[in-house]
Amino acid sequence: MTAAEPSALALFWVGVIFLSLLVYVVLDGFDLGVGILSTTVRDPELRDEMMGAIAPFWDGNETWLVVVGASLFAAFPAVYAVFLGAFYLPVLLLLFGLIFRGVAFAFRGHGGPERLWDWGFGIGSIVVAFVQGAAVGAIIGGVHVENHQYVGGAFEWLRPLPVTCGLGLVVGDALLGACWLVLKSDGSLRDWAYRRLNLLAGVTAALLAVAGVGALIELTAAGAPGAGRQWAIVFPIICWLALLGVMRGARIRNDATPFKMAVLFMISAFLTLPAIMWPYLIPYRLTVADAASPDASLSFLFWGAGLVALPIVGVYTGLVYWTFRGKLKRAYAH
Amino acid sequence: MHFDVVMLSRIQFAFVVSFHIIFPSFTIGLAAWLATIEGMRFITGNPIYRRVFDFWLRVFALCFGMGVVTGIVMAFQFGTNWSVLSERTGPIQGPLLGYEAFTAFLLEATFFGVMLVGRNRVSPGFYLFACCMVSLGTMFSSFWILCNNSWMQAPLGHSVVDGRFIPDNWWAIVTGPVVRVRWPHMLFAAFCTTAMCVAATGAWYRLKDQWAAEADVMLHWGLGLLAVLVPMQLAIGHLTGDYVHRYQPAKFAAIEARWETQKPASEVLIGWPDEKTQTNLYALSIPKLGSYIASGNWDARETGLDAFPPADRPPVLLPFLTFRVMVGAGLLMLAVGWLGVLLALLGRLAKSRWFLWTTFLSFPTGFVAVICGWVTAEVGRQPWVVYGLLRTSEAVTPSLTGSEVVFSLLAYIVVYAVVYSFGALYILKLLRGGIEGPGEVLLSSMGGLTR
Repeated sequence: MTAAEPSALALFWVGVIFLSLLVYVVLDGFDLGVGILSTTVRDPELRDEMMGAIAPFWDGNETWLVVVGASLFAAFPAVYAVFLGAFYLPVLLLLFGLIFRGVAFAFRGHGGPERLWDWGFGIGSIVVAFVQGAAVGAIIGGVHVENHQYVGGAFEWLRPLPVTCGLGLVVGDALLGACWLVLKSDGSLRDWAYRRLNLLAGVTAALLAVAGVGALIELTAAGAPGAGRQWAIVFPIICWLALLGVMRGARIRNDATPFKMAVLFMISAFLTLPAIMWPYLIPYRLTVADAASPDASLSFLFWGAGLVALPIVGVYTGLVYWTFRGKLKRAYAH
Repeated sequence: MHFDVVMLSRIQFAFVVSFHIIFPSFTIGLAAWLATIEGMRFITGNPIYRRVFDFWLRVFALCFGMGVVTGIVMAFQFGTNWSVLSERTGPIQGPLLGYEAFTAFLLEATFFGVMLVGRNRVSPGFYLFACCMVSLGTMFSSFWILCNNSWMQAPLGHSVVDGRFIPDNWWAIVTGPVVRVRWPHMLFAAFCTTAMCVAATGAWYRLKDQWAAEADVMLHWGLGLLAVLVPMQLAIGHLTGDYVHRYQPAKFAAIEARWETQKPASEVLIGWPDEKTQTNLYALSIPKLGSYIASGNWDARETGLDAFPPADRPPVLLPFLTFRVMVGAGLLMLAVGWLGVLLALLGRLAKSRWFLWTTFLSFPTGFVAVICGWVTAEVGRQPWVVYGLLRTSEAVTPSLTGSEVVFSLLAYIVVYAVVYSFGALYILKLLRGGIEGPGEVLLSSMGGLTR
């Protein structure tokens, strides 16, 4: 194991990847959540309204996953290779989820068996969220790597901790989605979403507790550096406080509070990960310095993509959200 | 054929890439076609162009969605099935694919929305600008992909340290001699494919005696573009052949089914290469022509497959056949284009039902040519994934098991069959609906916004 310090360029790109991942988790989180919730609705008008509440945003939100994937392949190819090799079957499920979600939006309204594409969107969303959560849960205990390649089995991601994390993200995203609907809609859809906040927040808190204990056991067993970082407990505590904030927002019926609190929850839940993993990108085999591409690759990418394209993605994302600010009316389509 | 993890992964890659390439080869062309037709509307103000535009925009929206999702699958294939390739060539392939995501995705995502729902919200000039940007985005996308693929076909501008490919000269990698011919070859393939589809749709409506004015616009533009673009494509294709001759001699020998080095070399026009006996069955060949095609003189010495150790030889049958189908498809499109222009000049185009039928039935020719061209390029470079440097058999993910790949391959087949049958059905529905097809369909594709 080398103790080399990562170069400034490697730090820049790891920063970009973590930040993009955080943006992705929050933004795609709410539209995955709305997709997950859409499977529980019978009323087609309510469902159309739900789809309308994410229609202008979901495509742009997913772009951040592409940013993460592309940056990872370019800046840390060893991580890309190990991660996708280790999660062969879950990645397959993720791709199918993304395919069905993507075409469902394009195919809706063209006919076909009734509700086929609604189910495609809903189940696709559940699968995507579950796989993403499970992947996080699976790497906490460490990944089997030799010579920069994965050497473990095909089903190591299907252990109790990953499954808990997967369920946790499904429910957590659903919570975020419900908060988004409260923020962006009014009338019956907002009431519908308000009625689900307490239950979703409660289940999320419970799954978080179970996952937290499980993670601590696996971290200690793996001898991970994160196990000794007692300050890292700050993040789960903020998570629980934020969930209480969601419930309070629901009680006083302030439309913006639940979403703000749910975003705070997502951010602190996400920050737990670097807090317990740093400086590893693949626990506990490859550090940032080990996995980084040569500087010739990192700087080539830095001048065009990092310095020019990435800020434009940020500006564009901001513009879309600004254009569609406030409560969404159906009239936006025309 | 031995069905191990490598062969199964290759079949899987071939399956997903063949499905994927159908969409970009159509959408690159359609985006350019939409920008052209919108430009014509902007200049002339002719309402027919607007109607033709709106019609093709609906088709574009469906194809674009399917192209994007199948494209994401391709990027992940590198990591899931070819992780050794990813790890070793990541310092070069990663930034190239990264630039595709950052530059092309950005343009497309930004302006595609304007194209779909912005007609009444932005000025006509800005709308035309948005169409051009989407078209530019699709071209950027193909540029980076061709850069990446061309580097694997003829690697340059790098050094190898501990088995990893480290970039030394990005300028050489991005503007190499191979990229310079293969990118235009792909662009023109897409343009020709779309021109053929536009002409075929016009011919169909003419045969049905519906939407005659719009059908004529499609026929004239489609056939005219074919008449001009196909000869240019044949010339670029010839340059592509030159690069193969120079950089990938084993592939060139396989395409020509040239088992032995010859001086002068004959050209096998048609035949059935037999790998067991290393001969060509039922062959029709012309003496000396092979030397002329390859080297430009009548008695040049041409390398045969016997110049390479058996382990370094590509399969012969597939590149030989697909290359000939590709060229045949190109010649067919040329004939349709030139004949169409001739008939149009004589004023007999709309009355020649046999020609309208020919044009209509030729609609898949471009797709056939594109897929065959890719098979020629990709099978012909075997057994190398990075030509001469990294074998395909050494690039596969080490932890992968045969049952995982069998399962995923079957799953891909099922999912693609479901999704793309519906996609094809909806596109057919749009084409049947014709010019006056339901306008709301387009908006409802943005979600349940219009209900």
